[in-house]
Order: sequence, then C-alpha cells, then structure tokens
Amino acid sequence: MNKRNSLHSELPVIIITTSNQNKRVGGSHFSVILPMPEIKVTPLGAGQDVGRSCILVTIGGKNIMLDCGMHMGYNDERRFPDFEYCTEGNLTEYLDCVIISHFHLDHCGALPYMTEMVGYSGPIYMTQPTKALCPVLLEDMRKVAVEKKGEANFFTASMIRDCMKKVITVALHETCQVDKDLEIKAYYAGHVLGAAMFHIKVGSQSLVYTGDYNMTPDRHLGAAWIDKCRPDLLISESTYATTIRDSKRCRERDFLKKVHDCVDRGGKVLIPVFALGRVQELCILLDTYWDRMNLKVPIYFTLGLAETANKYYRMFITWTNQKIRRTFVHRNMFDFKHIKPFDKAYMDNPGPMVVFATPGMLHAGLSLLIFKKWAPNSNNMVIMPGYCVQGTVGHKILNGAKKVEFENRQSVEVNLAVEYMSFSAHADAKGIMQLIRHCEPKNVMLVHGENAKMEFLKQKIMQEFNINCYKPGNGETALIPVASDLMVEVSLSLLKQTISSTSSSTGVTPQAPTTPALPSLAPTNSEELDSKKRMVLHGVLIMKNNKVRIVSVNEAWGELGVTPHQLRFTERVEIEEVGPIPALTSMLHSLLSQKLGASQVQAVNEYQLSVADTVCINIQDIDHTKTVFISWTHQDEALGSKVLNIIKSNYKKS
Amino acid sequence: MKLYCLSGHPNKPCNVVTFKSCTLMLDCGLDMNSVSQFLPLPLVASHRLGSLSTWVPRDADSQLEGELRECMNRVFVNSPPEFGPPASGMMDFSEVDAVLVSNYHSMLALPFITNSTGFSGVVLMTEPTMQIGRLFMEELVEYIERTPKARHATRWKNYLRSLPPPLGDAEAPKTWHAAYTLKAITAALAHVQIVAYNEKIDICGALKVTAVSSGYCLGSCNWLICSEHEKLAYLSGSSTLTTHPRPIDQVSLKNADVMIMTALNHTPMYNPDSMLGEFCVAVAQTVRNGGSALVPCYPSGVVYDLFECLSNHLDNLGLSLIPMYFVSPKAESSLAYSNIFSEWLSSTKQGKVYSHDDPFPHAHLTKCGRLKPFKSLHAEGFSSEYRQPCIVFCGHPSLRFGDAIHFIEMWGNNPQNAILFTEPEFDFGEALAPFQPLAMRPVYCPIDTSLDFTQARKLINELKPGKLVVPDVYLRPPAMAPHRTDLILMLEETPLTYSEGELLNLGIHRRLENMGVKPNLALMLNPSTIRPGLCTSTVTAELHIQDNQYTLKPLEDSDDESATKYPQCYPYGNLSVDDLVQRLAQAGFTDAKVEELSGVFIITLENDSGIIKISEASTHIISGNGKLREKLRDILLECLSSY
Repeated sequence: MNKRNSLHSELPVIIITTSNQNKRVGGSHFSVILPMPEIKVTPLGAGQDVGRSCILVTIGGKNIMLDCGMHMGYNDERRFPDFEYCTEGNLTEYLDCVIISHFHLDHCGALPYMTEMVGYSGPIYMTQPTKALCPVLLEDMRKVAVEKKGEANFFTASMIRDCMKKVITVALHETCQVDKDLEIKAYYAGHVLGAAMFHIKVGSQSLVYTGDYNMTPDRHLGAAWIDKCRPDLLISESTYATTIRDSKRCRERDFLKKVHDCVDRGGKVLIPVFALGRVQELCILLDTYWDRMNLKVPIYFTLGLAETANKYYRMFITWTNQKIRRTFVHRNMFDFKHIKPFDKAYMDNPGPMVVFATPGMLHAGLSLLIFKKWAPNSNNMVIMPGYCVQGTVGHKILNGAKKVEFENRQSVEVNLAVEYMSFSAHADAKGIMQLIRHCEPKNVMLVHGENAKMEFLKQKIMQEFNINCYKPGNGETALIPVASDLMVEVSLSLLKQTISSTSSSTGVTPQAPTTPALPSLAPTNSEELDSKKRMVLHGVLIMKNNKVRIVSVNEAWGELGVTPHQLRFTERVEIEEVGPIPALTSMLHSLLSQKLGASQVQAVNEYQLSVADTVCINIQDIDHTKTVFISWTHQDEALGSKVLNIIKSNYKKS
Repeated sequence: MKLYCLSGHPNKPCNVVTFKSCTLMLDCGLDMNSVSQFLPLPLVASHRLGSLSTWVPRDADSQLEGELRECMNRVFVNSPPEFGPPASGMMDFSEVDAVLVSNYHSMLALPFITNSTGFSGVVLMTEPTMQIGRLFMEELVEYIERTPKARHATRWKNYLRSLPPPLGDAEAPKTWHAAYTLKAITAALAHVQIVAYNEKIDICGALKVTAVSSGYCLGSCNWLICSEHEKLAYLSGSSTLTTHPRPIDQVSLKNADVMIMTALNHTPMYNPDSMLGEFCVAVAQTVRNGGSALVPCYPSGVVYDLFECLSNHLDNLGLSLIPMYFVSPKAESSLAYSNIFSEWLSSTKQGKVYSHDDPFPHAHLTKCGRLKPFKSLHAEGFSSEYRQPCIVFCGHPSLRFGDAIHFIEMWGNNPQNAILFTEPEFDFGEALAPFQPLAMRPVYCPIDTSLDFTQARKLINELKPGKLVVPDVYLRPPAMAPHRTDLILMLEETPLTYSEGELLNLGIHRRLENMGVKPNLALMLNPSTIRPGLCTSTVTAELHIQDNQYTLKPLEDSDDESATKYPQCYPYGNLSVDDLVQRLAQAGFTDAKVEELSGVFIITLENDSGIIKISEASTHIISGNGKLREKLRDILLECLSSY
C-alpha cells in the first residue's frame, strides 16, 4: 500500500450506523460523504523561524508544498528542508503540487535540489516574473556556493534549467485547476516583483498562504490585495509581528539623511542588498534624491545582475504600481540617471561613494568583501535595509558585534557605523491585522517570524477576531478542524415550492422570495424575510455514485425506481348527536374552520367534508348512531391526527 | 435564457443575454461602415476636396446646400463622420449587470452604453483589451478632433429616398451618432473591472463568468457564462492560427448547453497567410522601384506581425535600409504596451522573456532606428527623419480621418507608390472613392486571422454545443460574392439564428441548483439503502438564502408546526402478509384472522375491532381507537421498507 492512501488521498468517508430504533430492511449502515474535517499543516521550515520557508499542507485529501526555500544561515544539510519528513517514498506520488510565492531564495532556493536531486516531477506553480527571476538568483547563489566556496554536491546550472521547465505559470486572479478537485488562485502580494499570495481550494475547504507580503504601496510596487474570500485557514508571514512601523516617509528621509551625512564627511556607504527586490526601491529613492539635491558623489551597483534585473523590471511593468505603469511609455523608472555599474577596483578608490552590493545579509560574495575592507574605518557606514537571518555576518553586526571572525581565522574590527533600516517589504503588525480583517479567515496560522513575537501577535489576533491562531514549529503538525458544508444538488422545483409556500402562507410581499436569483435581493431584505418566517424545506436526499441530490417527494419516486406503498388510515368516531346528518356536517364544518382556518375546510356534499384536500370526513348513520369516518394517508398523518383529535375532544361519546 | 440582438453587424457584435435574473451584455461593437459615406477630414485644407461640387436632391430645399458633395459620381456627406452604435430601443441599459468585452475591436461603442444611460453595472475585460482598446478609442477621437468641421450635417437625412446609392441605401442614418469625446472615454472606462484569463467572476451570486483565451489578438477572449448546472459559451473573434497572441483555449468551451458564435472572418475568400506573403512582396517591389508604400492600419493588432514579417523579408532582399514609419498618436504607446504584455502572448514569444529578450522584434527595430514611431506628421522630428522611399504605417484604415489622408494626397498622383489594404474591415474601393482619380497603386491583401467558415465548422464539431446560435448572415453567401454558396456556415444541424432587433428564447430550462448542507444536519440524517449504491433519506430542514446562495440547516425548533406537518418517512414496496401476521402476534394480537379475496387480504382483529386491508402497494387500517391505530401503524412500518 502506498503512502498516499494512508494519508487520505481519497475523500474520506464518515460512516454512520443506523440506530436500532429505526431498523431498516434494505441495509444496516450507510455512508455520507463529508469533506475531511481538518486541515493539516506541517512547517518543514519557517515554523517559528525566518528562513527556509517550506510548509506542507493537507487539505481535502490533497498534499501541497508551499514554498521550497533554503536557509541562508547554514552551509550544511540544514539549509534545505528535510524532505524525508513528508515521505519515505516518492515525493512526486505524495505531493499534488508545489507552489512558490516569490523569487527570494529563502522561498525557492531548495527547488532545484528537490526536483533534480531528491526527485520530484509533479507540477510547480509560480507567477511569470517569479519564473523569470528565480533562475537568475539560483544561478547567482550556485556560483557563490560552488565557485567561491568550492562546495561539491550542489545542484548544477543545467539542473536549474531543468527544474524551471517543470514550472507552470499562473496569472494574478486566474483560477488554475491543478486537478479535478484542487484549484489555486494567485493574488498580488507587493513584497517583490511577481510576489503572490495563493488561495487554495478543495471542494468547500480553502486556505490562503500569504508568502511574504506588504500592505503599503511603495515606489515601485503596489500593496497586497485579496478579496473577502473567507478561507478556513490563513497562513500568514509574521516577520514584523510586533513592529508597527513609523511612516514610510520618515524612514526614507532618515535613510537619505544618513547616507548624505556620511558622504558629506567623506565616508563610504555600503548597502548590502539582494540583486532583486528592495534594491530597485532604494535605487529609485537615491536616484531621485541625487537628482533633486544635485549630488555628484558616485553611486554604484554590482554589475551584471543589476542590469539583468532592471531589464526584467522593465518587461514586467504590469506587476509594478499604478504610477510606474501610467508613466512607463515615456519614462521607465528603471532607467537610472546617477547609478553606475561597479567595478571591484573602485573598492579602494579614495573619497566618498555609495555602493549597492550583493548579497543582502553579508553572508558571502562581493558585499562581504567590501565590508571586510571598509569595516575598520569609523568614517564609513553600512546600512542593512532588510532582515538578516541568524548566523550571517549581517545578523552579528546588527546585534552589536565589534569584531567578526571568519572561517580561516581571519577577523575584522567593526568600527564603521552600522545602521538598520527596515525597507524589506513585509507587512507590520498593523498590516497583518488588516489582511485578517479583510479576508475574514476562520483560523490563522503564523509562520516566517520569531517565536516570541509570534506569541504576542497570536494573542492579539485571538483577542481581536475571536478565532483560533496557530504557530507550529518546524516539524510540528497542526490540525485545524474545519466544519464545511456538504455540497449537494437540489431540485429547482423543490426550492421554488419551498420558497413560495413560505411566502404565501405568511403573506410576505411576494417580490423577494419568488425570484431567488433577483440581484436586487439585498441582504437586509432577506434578513427581514428570515425574521418573519423560517423556510422549511421538506424533500428526499438521494445518494447515488457519490453524488448527493435533494428532490421533492414526488420526484424521488421516479428517481429511486420504487413504488410507494400507500398507507391509509380510517378512524371511526361515534357521536351522540341527534338531528339530521346535514346539520352535523355543517356543525363539523364550522368547528374545523374555526380551528384550522376557513380556507382549509371544504364541504364536498351534505355528508362529506374535506380538509386541505387530504383528509376526508364522512358522516354516516349506522344503526341510529352517527358515525364519523376520518380518513387520511400516512403522508398527512400530522393533519389527520389533528382533525381526529379536534372531533374527538368535542364530540366523543362519553 | 433569452437573447436580445442589438447589432446586426456580425463583426461589431452587441447582444444581451438574460439568465437567472442577470442581464449580461456581450460586447458592444461600433459599426464604422457609416463613415465611408462622409468626406475625408484632411490635416490641412485640401483644395481638391474643397472644390468638389455640391449635390442637391431634386426635391430638397435650399438649406441642404453644402451638406452633400459629389466626387466621381459618388455623393458624400460633408460633415464630421458618424458611427452606428448598438440599437438602443430594445434594452434599458440601466438594467445591464455586466458588459463582457471579448477584444478591443468589440468595445468601441462603450461610451454609448455606459454614459448617461443610468448604467450602473461593471464592464469586464482583460488588461490588454482595456489598454489597447483605450488607445483605439483615443486615437479615433484625436483624429476627428484635430480636424474640426464647422458644421454638423443633419438635414440630408430627411431626403434619404432622393439620394443616389450607396448613400441612399445606408441603413438607418438617423440612428448614427457623432464620435464621443476623450472625457466620455474616461467616464466609460471608469466602469471597467480587469479580469485575467480563467478568472471566475461572480455575477450577483447567481452566475460565474470567465474569460478564456480566443487566440485572435492581444488579450482577446471568449466568455463562459456558467451557473452551477448550465453553461453558455460566447465566441467572438477567435482564431486557430498561430500568430502573436496566446492560442485559443478550446477545452474550456466544450460541452456548453448553448454556444453563441459571432465575429467570424470578414474576408473568408482570402487566406491570411498568403495575403501576408503578398503584402511583403508588394511592399518590397514598390520600394525597390523607388516608390513608397502606405499601409493604413489600426495602432495595434496584425500590424505587429506586419513589422516582423516585413522587416525579415526586406532583410532577405537587402532592403534593410528602407525606413519604416509608424505614425499614430498612439504609436509609441502601442509599441511599449505590446512588450509588457508577455503573459498574453504565444508561448514562443513568452519564452523570449525568460532569456530576457523583448517578446516582439519591433522593440529591437525601434531601438536600432529602423522602425520609427511618430505621433503625427507634424510631430517633432518627423520632417527631418522623413525620406523616400519609405514605408508608412498609419491610421485610419477607413481613410476618412488620420494621417493616411495626407499621404494619399501627397503620394496619390505617382503610380510608383502603393497603398496596401491589410485591415479587412473596410472595402478598399469604398475607402478610396473620395480620392479618385488616383494614380497610386492599390493593393488589396486583407489579413483576417479570425475563424473562416471551414475552421468554424471544424471547431463546432469538436466543441459539440447543445445548441448553436449564429447571426443569420452566416447562412447566406456574402453580399460581395452572392454566387459563392460555399461561403456559408454549413452544418449538419441548422443552428438558431438572430438578426438585429430580434429577441430569441434560447430554451434552457434550469432543473437543479447547488446547496450547502451544514455538517451537523448531514450527520443527523439517517439514510437507508434502496439497493447497493443508492441511499436515501427524508430531510426536513431550514432553508437559508443569502446572496443567492442556498444553505440547509437543522431546524432550531423541531416541534414547530411548519416542520411536524411533514411525515418522517415514506414506505414503499409490497407488504408480506405472513411477516405482518407474525409481528402482530409478537405484539400480542394473537386473534388476527386473515382472509383473502381476489388478491386483497383482510386481517381482522376481533377484540380490538380493527381491520387491516392489504392490496398491492397499499394498506388501509380501519379502527375506532386511536391507540390501536398508532400501534398497528408502527408494526406496519416495521414490515415495510421506507426512507
């Protein structure tokens, strides 16, 4: 038996055994198909942690991997997620799909390892810019790892290409049918170019995975947006779980002032960045500032990657913000005036300069090289514009390290000014709450953040929204119970009959309920309707070939192919009443009319009455005793026994 | 499901479909055939056009003077051009919930629908349709507004019967409208909601509409209109050829209950591939002989393919140095937009993005200066750049406004020059009529990539719609070629047809709806098996309706009279008399006496004066004691199968 079956790959079945009181001839137990009552989530990375995002979810029997990132803080096997965890066997068999939220390596860095080295050939979904930019970053990282650090057993350039061939692109808001039951839909996340949040739906169950997102628009990207999709679970990043960031404008002014002051006193400014992402934002910021202040100090950007990156940004204008899209025909924001390509030789140039260098956490490459050179001089400055994971040089100096040691017993004195300015486009606590308010999830799960901060936000979410909030650690499994409706087909004539009988019997104005699909049927209107009268539907539920349908009783006979067995009851009531039969008939008529409503009772002839066309009343004189025969079928048991009781209690022979 | 037909022009469709109380408009094309009845609007006052003699019908009063002009025995209206918007009398546009736009050719009448009509719905279209459609609309308006005419001629419309053809044959000129304004375009486009391919858009909770790729032009789509159980497919402007747009998505269109198909090929007698070849050859021949070539075109569409093929062709012939000018107020925008819509392109073009190349070669042609976009003739730099021989791509294909008019006036008397008609929409004879006599060589090579009748038939056979609806003209040969009986949509089954002003009942009867059953209710149900694989249970529950969504919940108060009036189970099948007697005995009725009379069994319970009458599929209990009846009833139900 393969692993798949044991993990409920089929829609699970709840077995209901019929109780004894209602013993049936046809069979003894039956099954109702209900969706699996829980969503299972296991972070393989990013559980109470930042870095190596990789989350396994099981929803409605489908197994999905959300992101497949690597950890920048490790150089050993810990940098990749532990794929053994989810299956001893075959990943392709186990997983229904892999979804990559954006091109940052902590979200896609392990993908070629997984597909080409561990072995996975199933579908991988990402947006078009992510598909274009992912291989650029992977290749860059690979070069650093293999050529600079001399690592063996790393994936190769051709593996990256083969891996990308397996990728299927999704457009924003497109409903992508992974298979018959599983559909995914991407929303704009605003974190970096092409970043997306994913809505995943199986039957009536759904979850949203945010990836990394940003709720405030910036100079080149728009804000994250999602509709009120009310998922059963929202898996949100929480990098800035406890931060409420000051206004963006202040932060930008602060940044520009620090850079300006440093170059004014002749210092060099190093800004370690990732080639793609925030750097484009900072470039636009500095480029326009230099223009406005008429500054002549050179700004450099690492050659190669930068050009490639900007070229992509120009082609993916549709993924940037409104302003850039509006003006791109005349001026493309990604053609910079003041920013020049960097050459290694410039490192030793005298005089002030600003250098954007990769990678962003000072863990390798050119940025680290420049850092080693410039760190001892207190005139210089390094600005860390984003989050640094534990273990990186960036993380160390941000925590105030005055001396940094390297593998080959080298060490560097850190005398330069270290500034941290959060320019990474993550939602802050306010933004996370805003997203929750907006999409109205039934449960929230926090990932991609630090445990202590998550705990704080978790409490806040549970308090404010009165919903459950989870934060499993890596390798821990969270089971989120969900109660989802069983989706059935219902006969339209039964629906119409139900709605119209309710409205007619209560005298509700017929406008609203008779036309159920009327678009003008405002919620207030239907609420009003609810308060006036509950609608009771009576029909027959039929399960056939795992499909469930509700039809009216009459329709059911035909569909089931059985003949009804008519059960008729006739009750005899003897009455002590003198006088002619027609007089008794009319007395009964007025009695029943009074109790049941005049419209219900009809006189058929002098000795016969009919109630609601279903209960027959026949009055006869048998051996000088007046006898009333009340007759009805099993279907009309309720009314029949009611009529019987009325007559009995009024006329019963003492 | 009903269909209202607001446009008789199959390539400028505008239909309204009503379904499940939703009203959806399918496209709103603007009929531009009317403009050919008007005099061209030259950029600079044209002596020739100004000196055309006026034409007066015999019975007209003198006031009509000047409204009509004659050129080579053809009468033209001397006025800003007018257009034929969709019929407005059939439909109150304020009732339209959504307008579904298939491509940028089919949205040019939008301001007539959305502005000052009380329209409050949404207009759904893809991003390229919106951006390029805006370029088309703005270009049209800018062309007309930059050459204002003092007078708007209207009186001639009162003398239609005295006018010579083709003006006299014009259809309902009184319904024609002058062009809208830039402001009107902005107002109309404010209603637009952008959709992606395969995005399910909810309409009033009752329907889901989805745009699926149609392969015709950038961002073009067909529409699926689905309820939970019915599916309507609307095909407008589809292509199964391989050009620059993303290929048609055929799978999604399959098994529709109804399929409406319109905007088939304008010029089914011309093969687009060979026309493209002829075009390249004719242009090359013209420039090689020292002439210049004028290509009247729209600012986007096939023109991208023309750039690509023509530049390759000229390269092969060593004519790479011949400049190409793309003159339109929207030329630059069109080129820029085409290169950022890679997600909407064919996989080959999309693949270029991954090797960081621009998807269209015209990006490169522009960069190296072979293709030069200009806003207009008098735009900065044009006169210094301009040299002959050259190739000019410019609007408008109707030849009634736009820079093309100036080039015809300038180049018209030289037989070495050529004018090439690639846009299939306008008849070239008609287009050139007000410019006659003309020495310039006209070349007719219409390139229409949309489905021709053979391709349409093939597609229909593959998609197998339940019902097919097409414009009635598709069942008749084209007016231009009445003898070509092969140029009709020949199908085994005659489709439903429509023409302007008609109301069609599409005859879709809904039977099923979807509903959610709350899990606590589902668990309360107690189904019985009728036979293996078929289970059933009676259900009495509370129905909730919100936003046209139905949900079933357990009854809150099960003693409520509205609920208890329903039986809890329904017996079926036949009763075994022996079984019943046995059970009766078990329950203490030992004196049961059974009689049979021609298939009817009568069981008499002497002591309790009860009678049970059993015949096939029915049982009758007669008693004079309520308690007894209930006891007998319960025993009977135990003997019977029920649900």
